[in-house]
Amino acid sequence: MVKVADIVNKLNARIVCGKCDLDRKLEFGFASDLMSDVLTIDTENLLLITGMNNLQTIRTSEMLDISHIIFVRDKKASKEMQELACEHGIALLECGYSMFRACAALNELGLKPVY
Amino acid sequence: MEFRFEIEGGNFSKAGTASSEVKKILKQLNVDPKIIKRTVVSLYEAEVNVVAHAYEGEMNVEIIPDKVSVTIQDKGPGIPDIDQAMQEGYSTATPKVREMGFGAGMGLPNIKKNSDQLNISSKVNVGTIVEIVNYLK
Ligand SMILES: Nc1ncnc2c1ncn2[C@@H]1O[C@H](COP(=O)(O)OP(=O)(O)O)[C@@H](O)[C@H]1O
Ligand SMILES: [Mg+2]
Repeated sequence: MVKVADIVNKLNARIVCGKCDLDRKLEFGFASDLMSDVLTIDTENLLLITGMNNLQTIRTSEMLDISHIIFVRDKKASKEMQELACEHGIALLECGYSMFRACAALNELGLKPVY
Repeated sequence: MEFRFEIEGGNFSKAGTASSEVKKILKQLNVDPKIIKRTVVSLYEAEVNVVAHAYEGEMNVEIIPDKVSVTIQDKGPGIPDIDQAMQEGYSTATPKVREMGFGAGMGLPNIKKNSDQLNISSKVNVGTIVEIVNYLK
């Protein structure tokens, strides 16, 4: 289990969406830019790591009860994405790292792969 | 209970609004979260298919105490070979759809996986009807 606060520190991330509980612990990570892929995942306590920054990233997370998304490669969450995420209690983080670097760092922190 | 939602073909910014409404309703009815997830993932895949592949459509939802039955019906190009469309990886999605993060040919197999009953019927150049049933207990 990895604290959201530790993720924020390790990845030098910005919290962009309001109610982000820094003490919340996450267990798994799944990295993809392909929402088709993400939609096949059924894992709780999951951090989604993605460079796909559109409304469907938020919608996909809503359907899957994903509570935390980190955008890599300096992708920004638009105002609309932030609003939709807030409405569904999804916390959004942004970081400048590449997908690979972010995943390596998260692995070091102890976030587990789904498969 | 019965509900009806419209689906706009081609409009990715609205894709998922119908499935989102259904999720809200199932939550209010205190349905098991695992069953809600299975159901809304199926609905969302079918809704995105209308947005990605068809011109316009609607989602009709019927909820009775032990099951939810949903029909997603569209006007569109239809599916010439449904068995082929059900194969993982088969996709005719446009580059625009792929840019949105879809079009990997995994949607229909994923609906199959997440539904208790799935029935697809289609007429080329007319449209497609996807019927999904999930038991709530
Ligand atoms: N509502 C629809 N109208 C027309 N064609 C469809 C529809 N739904 C699915 N299809 C066809 O079936 C294929 C496979 O669908 P799916 O498994 O969801 O993959 P994807 O949407 O990623 O292409 C699509 O590429 C398309 O050719
Ligand atoms: Mg699809």
